[in-house]
Amino acid sequence: MLEYVYAFLTGGILCVIAQFLIDKTKLTPARILVTYVVSGVFLTAVGLYKPLVEFAGCGATTPLTGFGYSIAEGVRKAIDENGLIGALTGGLTATSAGITAAICFSFFAALFFKSKPKK
Amino acid sequence: MNLSKQTYKKYAEATAEKTPCLKNCIKAFLIGGFICTLAQGFFNLYKYLGIEEETVKSLVPVTLIFIAVLLTGLDIFDDIAKHAGAGTLVPITGFANAVASPAIDTKAEGFILGVGAKIFTIAGSVILYGILSGAIYGVIYYIVKLIMG
Repeated sequence: MLEYVYAFLTGGILCVIAQFLIDKTKLTPARILVTYVVSGVFLTAVGLYKPLVEFAGCGATTPLTGFGYSIAEGVRKAIDENGLIGALTGGLTATSAGITAAICFSFFAALFFKSKPKK
Repeated sequence: MNLSKQTYKKYAEATAEKTPCLKNCIKAFLIGGFICTLAQGFFNLYKYLGIEEETVKSLVPVTLIFIAVLLTGLDIFDDIAKHAGAGTLVPITGFANAVASPAIDTKAEGFILGVGAKIFTIAGSVILYGILSGAIYGVIYYIVKLIMG
């Protein structure tokens, strides 16, 4: 049960930081997404994000910082196994399921749904 | 009025800005937290069903992406996002919405030059800078590993 509490709190706090940045700075949502992914890669590289994932589970992997975590972890593992080429193969390999899912589901969404006029 | 510029600024910020920001942050916290808790629920469900942990780690974001794309197609996502703000933007649901939304909106321009060309209008940045920083980290990690032995 406690793992749900940690997931809720960690995920919630990561969202609050972004909301605060949107409200108080000129960062647009698209810039927030990019900032979060790059921060995730950086925090994983310096060894700070993995402990957070172990603590919060999906609370740390679900926010876009977790996407950066997957990229950095994938790169590190690929380099350990295959050498320098891993820098090019690891990132997309680790995130391929999510990216492919987003592409395929979105294609079918475009096929089946019509765009509604903006309210 | 005997207010200096600075006190006026403080006054204006206190009355006009603080309340929405606080309200927005609380909503982002609750909805963002809920999505992550839901993700944890899926994680435990899949593991309970006996699926291998490495597969579950991919399956959970795929599930959230599916839900977010479906809600985007049904025109429900935007209604939630209007209240949730960063609460739906920051989780992987925001990435899914950033892919699905331009795909659906550009359908009228055709499937090649519309959907195909514009599907990554927003998400392209996320992939570019995420993968780029990952590759840079990889090169640094490789060099550090060589030096340290």
